[in-house]
Amino acid sequence: MRSDEAIISGTGLVKRFADFEAVRGIDFQVRRGEAFGFLGPNGAGKSSTMRMVSCMSPRSGGELRVLGMDPDRKGPAIRARIGVVPQQDNLDLELTVRQNLQVYGRYFGLTRKEVRAKAVELMEFARLTDRADHDVQPLSGGMKRRLTIARALVNDPEVLLLDEPTTGLDPQARHLLWEKLFQLKQRGVTLIITTHYMDEAEQLCDRLVVMDGGKIVAEGSPAELITRYATREVLELRFPPGDQHAAVDKVRDLAERVEVLPDRLLLYTEDGDAATTRAHDRGVRPISTLVRRSSLEDVFLRLTGRTLVD
Amino acid sequence: MTATLDRPTAAATGSVVGAWRAVWLRVEGRWTWYRRHWTASLLASGLQPVLFLAAMGIGFGSQVRPGPLTDGVPYLAYVAPTILVSGLITVGVTEAGLPVLSGFKWKQDYWAVASSPVSSGQLFGAELVWIALRLTFGAAVYLVVAAVAGGWTSAGALLVPPIAILAGVACAAPVMAFAATTKGDGHVFAAVNRFVVMPMTLFAGTFFPVERLPLPVRPLAWISPLWHGNELVRGAALGGLRWWPALGHLAVLVALLVVGIALGRRAFQRRLVV
Repeated sequence: MRSDEAIISGTGLVKRFADFEAVRGIDFQVRRGEAFGFLGPNGAGKSSTMRMVSCMSPRSGGELRVLGMDPDRKGPAIRARIGVVPQQDNLDLELTVRQNLQVYGRYFGLTRKEVRAKAVELMEFARLTDRADHDVQPLSGGMKRRLTIARALVNDPEVLLLDEPTTGLDPQARHLLWEKLFQLKQRGVTLIITTHYMDEAEQLCDRLVVMDGGKIVAEGSPAELITRYATREVLELRFPPGDQHAAVDKVRDLAERVEVLPDRLLLYTEDGDAATTRAHDRGVRPISTLVRRSSLEDVFLRLTGRTLVD
Repeated sequence: MTATLDRPTAAATGSVVGAWRAVWLRVEGRWTWYRRHWTASLLASGLQPVLFLAAMGIGFGSQVRPGPLTDGVPYLAYVAPTILVSGLITVGVTEAGLPVLSGFKWKQDYWAVASSPVSSGQLFGAELVWIALRLTFGAAVYLVVAAVAGGWTSAGALLVPPIAILAGVACAAPVMAFAATTKGDGHVFAAVNRFVVMPMTLFAGTFFPVERLPLPVRPLAWISPLWHGNELVRGAALGGLRWWPALGHLAVLVALLVVGIALGRRAFQRRLVV
């Protein structure tokens, strides 16, 4: 198989619920072995797309191929070869860590001997070996998340779908999880990730699409998107809420673009420090200033006029 | 790290198993859970009918003289078969209610199954088979206890458990379908118990013949699955069961089961595949 073939492709993909259109005709292709992201705020249609790709939700329109098969006709065969990590952990809290893996592995046709060995291996991967025969209920959020991911790996999936993998986790747990996902990618597992966290998308994704209101508004690698839709640096001028409007006219020509947020101005420029100095020279006195590199957050703001979180 | 995770994931190891095997694998998963938590549900599934037998058949029954109302046999022998039917229907309906709703809503393990190669219809089948197995266990315990207590008067008693299990499963299937369509918090199941199961238990011929009911309410007993089960088991255990009525009663229970399975499969599919 060629490594650049599309392992998943959607064309004009639509998902409708009664009178609500959650996904409104999207085109995308995921190549074997890459980490592909759907980035967007809550309600953008990411999860609906993921559920269609994981063959748990029939499409309402358009075309979809997963591993070369049509989910409408080959759902079980596709599910046998993919791993699904849902937004909310749905582990069996009344079973042990080991039992969760073994019971689930059996649904994929693995023998008892195979699931026993697989469970040991996956517990090691998820750093849960010392909890092997403990109930799942009292585990921390990060541990449960890792177990959910381990469970999705029980069939050695070719594609792992992760819906908001780190939402609700503390920073330490997030980084551990990212490390695990990176290991999987190195082993050749194709990763598909939805997230509304910029840093997560930047860390994990080779390529991503930005979704908003059920549509794809941009596509590319994180670096490409930043180059295309933002400048190299951003100068943030923070004001008491409301005072930022007065400064807009004074700084407008200092940057390629100025975004007005409720408590600050964002100045998109190639040289943040120079802009800081010039703003100061013109008598602009913010509470604080910050020069940073542009991120996907800025891309999203540019594309939709809104911030991602909140 | 072990070998299998290290190899390039060229091909997944999962496969689609046959429908009956899928059902069986899910039942096996339930058994794994049960082995860990059996004590908590023993009272509900295993012992509840036995307690009724002790209280009504042995305790209360000691005060009842055999007569025309009891078909001439001791009250214990009169109610031993029917208490099992009523008990298994109660257990079946209970297991088909909140626990099924929880699979969708709180425990959410049904969603985990839905992301595996096991289909929604197979999941439904497995949950129903699992209930049937629980009822079988309860029936086996009951058969022995009632025998020790002297509740059986003929070999026809051996027909009582299968009929009672059929009645229990036939009632469970449509309740599972109903549970799969329930969006709320499941208070409705308390109502089902209070307004359907409980009156049925009391008035559908388990403890006294329905002919003692006022004529206007008798049809309510006749349409209840419990009455059909009761007629069958009492006839089998005490004798006097005639072919045509027996086939009729059996047909009602089988029809209820078939309709319940059709509705249940559809309801599971509609809830899980959206």
